[in-house]
Amino acid sequence: MSTVAERVTQIIVDKLGVEESQVKPEASFTNDLGADSLDTVELIMDFEREFDTSIEDSDAEKIQTVGDAVSYLEKNAG
Amino acid sequence: MSSLQDKVIVVTGGSRGIGEAIVRHCAAAGAKVHFTYRSSSANADTIVANLAAKNLSAVSHKCDVASPDDVQALIETVVKAEGAIHGLVNNAGITRDGLVMRMKDEDWDAVIDTNLKSAFTASRAVARPMMKQRNGRIVNIGSIVGQTGNAGQVNYSASKAGLIGLTKSLAKELASRNILVNCVAPGYVATDMTDKLTEEQTQAFEKNIPMQRSATPEEVATVVAFFLSDASGYVTGQVLNVDGGLAA
Repeated sequence: MSTVAERVTQIIVDKLGVEESQVKPEASFTNDLGADSLDTVELIMDFEREFDTSIEDSDAEKIQTVGDAVSYLEKNAG
Repeated sequence: MSSLQDKVIVVTGGSRGIGEAIVRHCAAAGAKVHFTYRSSSANADTIVANLAAKNLSAVSHKCDVASPDDVQALIETVVKAEGAIHGLVNNAGITRDGLVMRMKDEDWDAVIDTNLKSAFTASRAVARPMMKQRNGRIVNIGSIVGQTGNAGQVNYSASKAGLIGLTKSLAKELASRNILVNCVAPGYVATDMTDKLTEEQTQAFEKNIPMQRSATPEEVATVVAFFLSDASGYVTGQVLNVDGGLAA
């Protein structure tokens, strides 16, 4: 079973077409990984599907970096 | 004829009127058409059989477009069956005419839900698969009364005006993914919907049309097909009136 971080990384690599090495915890989706507003909405929806959870808009707004996503999903899903 | 070869196109309200003409035209242009009907199952069967006899592809789906769950399920079914979705035509529409003082809440809600909310729920459902494809077309069937208004149709004209706002916003939201969204706004078209009018009303109406006649459903369908085709690759957020010059 992959870790949450590994699963999140795979989704980001697939969605944004970036190298795995770029997907660092501090990397911002929009500033570092080239995501636009539609990409970030799609990422949240991909996370929801992968982790079978529902992320409220108020929480989604706070998920700005790879690390934000991993820690949110570690806490709220799995 | 604009080619729609092998394009997967969903048409809501495709068993009668303008929708039927769109279904037939798109199928003849080579598309794999999926259309919804609510009550006219005999009509739907006839259309499918007619097209199949010509080796053309159409599949009918019983679906109440006023139900968001039905709409979501429909789009998922089509995407699963075809592996793609290129075009969505939000055509389903009803009228519940009446002067405002006598119009019931139910008449307002039914028209808004079927004509306007369904376009939102269907567009929401196709947005993801179209974004993944980096390609898609959404055509909303408006009406000239969405711009001119019409006594007795506050609900219908509001729903059709609403489609213009939806068209423009959606166009801006999805343009970066090559999803183009436009609105075709017919004027007076000879269909079941307008058959409700008396001969006198029809004549009075046609007198005001510069072309002095109503449109055929096919004359609307060909314009819809243009927006669905590769011929309109740089047009989005537009409203094209197909009205014989009525609102010119």
